[in-house]
Amino acid sequence: MHSETSQNLIAPGIHYLQGAEACAEGAMLAGCRVYAGYPITPATEIMEHFARRLPSMGGRTIQMEDEIASAGVLLGASWAGAKAMTATSSPGFSLMQEVISFGIMTETPMVVVDVQRPGPGQGYISTSQEDVMQARWGHHGEGAIIALSPASVQDMFAMTIRAFNLSERWRTPVLVMAEETVAHMRERLVIPDLDSIEIIDRKTPQDEGIAPQDYLPYGHGPVPPMAIWGQGYDVNHVSLVHHRDGRITGYNAETHFDNIDRIRRKIEDNVADISEVEARFMEDSRHFVICYGAVSRTAVEAVLEARQVHGIPVGYIRLKTLWPFPEARLRELVRDAEKIFVPEMNLGMMKHPITEALRDRCRMVAAVPSLGCLHTPEQILARIQEEAA
Amino acid sequence: MMEIERYEIRIAGFGGQGVVTIGRILGVAFTVFSGINSVNTQSYGPESRGGACRSEVVLSHAEINYPYVRRADTLIALSAVALDTYLKDVKKGGLLIIDPDAVRVGKNAADQRVVPIPAAAIAHDSGGVKYQNIVVLGALQCLIAEYIEKTALKKAIKATVPPETFDTNVEAFEKGRAHAKAFLNSKPEFRALMDA
Repeated sequence: MHSETSQNLIAPGIHYLQGAEACAEGAMLAGCRVYAGYPITPATEIMEHFARRLPSMGGRTIQMEDEIASAGVLLGASWAGAKAMTATSSPGFSLMQEVISFGIMTETPMVVVDVQRPGPGQGYISTSQEDVMQARWGHHGEGAIIALSPASVQDMFAMTIRAFNLSERWRTPVLVMAEETVAHMRERLVIPDLDSIEIIDRKTPQDEGIAPQDYLPYGHGPVPPMAIWGQGYDVNHVSLVHHRDGRITGYNAETHFDNIDRIRRKIEDNVADISEVEARFMEDSRHFVICYGAVSRTAVEAVLEARQVHGIPVGYIRLKTLWPFPEARLRELVRDAEKIFVPEMNLGMMKHPITEALRDRCRMVAAVPSLGCLHTPEQILARIQEEAA
Repeated sequence: MMEIERYEIRIAGFGGQGVVTIGRILGVAFTVFSGINSVNTQSYGPESRGGACRSEVVLSHAEINYPYVRRADTLIALSAVALDTYLKDVKKGGLLIIDPDAVRVGKNAADQRVVPIPAAAIAHDSGGVKYQNIVVLGALQCLIAEYIEKTALKKAIKATVPPETFDTNVEAFEKGRAHAKAFLNSKPEFRALMDA
């Protein structure tokens, strides 16, 4: 699995790294050999780490002229057979939407890390979760996206690996929706035996025994095998609505629906495989805190205090994956509740799909907003006490 | 070593005083060389050299959820602004380490155990004022020796600083320790408080 350059990969054992560094190390371990980016606070440390480390593995770190070009590099690198990644922060993430949309339509594996900062505009350089809706809906057109939400340095490592695996498995752009909080904090990172880490590579037509003359670049099942440039398979990487053989002529509504319905359903029909949810303190709980990312670290403190000190029966649910939204899993977990609290570092964004999923299962869904900084446990606890004590 | 439920250290001063560096060294010392969980964060903004600067280390034998200081067990204040800003968040009976040449404390810190370490002056005589943070680190280790051994900190210094500066760093570290030890010996009542 790990080739001749594996001696340069991060060593198994205990490390003390920034989230940004852990993210880059995870990417390199997953096989990322192309990084293209444009520096922006608070994501720059990821690019710096790639610049230091990637050349020693035979990879390339390229600074492009802007974020659109940076994301564009990922398309070409991926079609040429490489695993590729970029990282940016919210203003740059806006610029990348065009390429992400292109990547969804051309079913291109690529990883985009957004170290979120507040907006709109230049906003500020502190922490934020204000891009979680842009992650899903920022690209124009239909289609689906996969977006992960790390909460620790260990997550920054493991979820970046998972992002690559998901993007290769489902042939789609995958987003890691980090925040300044997790990208800049330092804490323990445990690297297991490298051979124990699962690395998934895209399926090629050769893997599937498909001859060049029989190859349909957008056929052969929900996730088409992906031909690598220069290996004898004709591929038209096209973001116009296309037929299964890649033709764009002969447009008709049926082809259009077939094309777009498949790239949406390959993700949305597999939510149970893709989306991870963590649940704690569920037994006897009448209320729930539903959270994600760094806020879940504060939320668990608030939930513990509410339960242990104030005797309020509150459960804790963390969305480790934001998109595709794990609606069915949430409905399994929450059968009948009083109040649901959704602390977010925005004014209430994931509150909306949560409300949509659980509106018949609870009496109220309350936003617990914070802008520009992580909630304190007291802030979340106060809201719980106000509503549920 | 003593079991730590949660112990919070905040270091504050100006950019350029090495505030961020000692936060990181503490994190490495506790987590990599002592097996104790820690989260290290740092202030972050348009300020740079000369501007306000802060770093934090939260320690625990258990899992650390909320990553920032809530009520500091220890505050290291290397500037007057730092003391003004953060003294209110120090626990009653908490440890307050100051550089008396930069920071004056009076009744405002009556609830804290104040340890004056003239770090810049000590560092001036051993390698230069840029080692003042390591002097403070040495003093801190002496004051919280029940949580961290000096060997762990020396290993963390070695893992963090440029190799050619290691010996000077160790010298500064030892001078800080010696100064804190002398302070404790001169104040038996403080020592009793520490042990309580």
